[in-house]
Amino acid sequence: MTSVAQSQRDRYLAGLSLFVFILLWHGIASWLATPLLPEPVKVMTVLWSEFHNGDLLHHLCITLFRLTTSFIIAMLLGSALGILLGRAPVFDHFFDNWLIIFLNVPALVTIILCYVWFGLSEVAAILAVVVNKLPNVIVTLREGAKSLDKDLLEMAQSYRLCRRKILTQVIWPQLHPYFMAAARSGIALIWKIVLVVELLGRSDGMGFQLHLFFQLFDVASILAYTIAFITVIQMIEISLLKPLDRYGRRWQR
Amino acid sequence: MTEINLTIEQKKFPKSNQAQSENIIADLNLNIHSGEFVCLIGPSGCGKTTLLNLVAGLDENYQGKITFGAPHNDCRIGYVFQNPRLLPWRTVRENIELVLPRHTPSHTIDDLLASMKLTAAQDTYPQRLSLGMSRRAALVRAFAINPDILLMDEPFVSLDAPTARKIRKKLLTLWEQQFHTVLFVTHDLREAITLADRLIFLSSSPMTIVRDVKITVPRAQRFDDRQIESFRHELLSKYPDLTPLL
Repeated sequence: MTSVAQSQRDRYLAGLSLFVFILLWHGIASWLATPLLPEPVKVMTVLWSEFHNGDLLHHLCITLFRLTTSFIIAMLLGSALGILLGRAPVFDHFFDNWLIIFLNVPALVTIILCYVWFGLSEVAAILAVVVNKLPNVIVTLREGAKSLDKDLLEMAQSYRLCRRKILTQVIWPQLHPYFMAAARSGIALIWKIVLVVELLGRSDGMGFQLHLFFQLFDVASILAYTIAFITVIQMIEISLLKPLDRYGRRWQR
Repeated sequence: MTEINLTIEQKKFPKSNQAQSENIIADLNLNIHSGEFVCLIGPSGCGKTTLLNLVAGLDENYQGKITFGAPHNDCRIGYVFQNPRLLPWRTVRENIELVLPRHTPSHTIDDLLASMKLTAAQDTYPQRLSLGMSRRAALVRAFAINPDILLMDEPFVSLDAPTARKIRKKLLTLWEQQFHTVLFVTHDLREAITLADRLIFLSSSPMTIVRDVKITVPRAQRFDDRQIESFRHELLSKYPDLTPLL
């Protein structure tokens, strides 16, 4: 089979599986006939009306803002610390225990403590998300920094490259796959935590809305918001992360 | 002007599975004049690469002293490693531009690429090149910075014979123009006689100088195989102790 025909078949299969999923959902929902599992059409109507009256966009944007801010802070800070730990064994041995502690504190505990210590504020919310994600990024980037190619570093040293060139041209490209792995798992983790953070201590955002719908047992709205959110996250993946990944790998055979 | 004065009393390598360390280099004194082409010949694993790394400043963990005619930081060092060591995420041309100061005229690179027959491959990523091409790219990189000191660690291994011969000629042409001091590691005595002013024969563990031989074949006759062969024959019959080092 040619690769073109194969990729066409794959796309067809992906479309079919989505269709079967919706069909199954519709079948079960109409068989049960309960407001606790609305049919896909009902959910789409809610989605459309929520989109129109502006509520959905408002809360979605607020959540996305929190997601982006905490993501950027966690990635930048985590990369810097990860590289430091990977390159300086003294720091690594010293901070290893700290990392293990932070990796194992449940997300809920961090969130509660942040709200208790810093109040129900925006800063506390973002801080809680960052603290949850940070150890992950550090550990991933640390592994990358530990496995840098010594041959290339020696080359850079003997040709007396300046620090900036060594960092951007020799070290960073080697860390790129690790960074992308951290970014991918990061977005998946952060958007789930952001919702909990909003549910517990904010008066806007997706998490707050979902909490509201939960109290009203409004499953249709819950599903509508979920669909909107999944779509946005997928769009970030396709339009931002995948091209970045492809660009980072362009030199590979 | 860049002469190299090497006085290495001792260089140890920690053995990976033992507490004691192994003596790699002991009592090695070598003075290389500015612009001299010196070949280092010795059994494999005897520490020649370690010696080049010491000269390049990659390893400062030794007892002794290495001085250049000029202060260390003013010395441009071109190092052709045993493996090409190109950045896989940069094209051939970008790899060369990386080590050059900004605003280097592009024809410097163009000329060198053309002479190594890499013009067509200059925008290719190294993983798509053959090993021979990568080696040539690494050579261009070393020549491009117009080095004061050129360190070469078996740079022509795995090149096919005609290409190696062409590049040897090119190396000598460039050396006569730029007059850099060259330290060249090889196993191949014929290659060494073709290229060098002086041969340094080294023994293994700990590495030290066994013989220091001047090559008397005139530069004009270096690509005459009979001249090289007769010099080689004479050398080996005069010093039978060299044969086990090859």
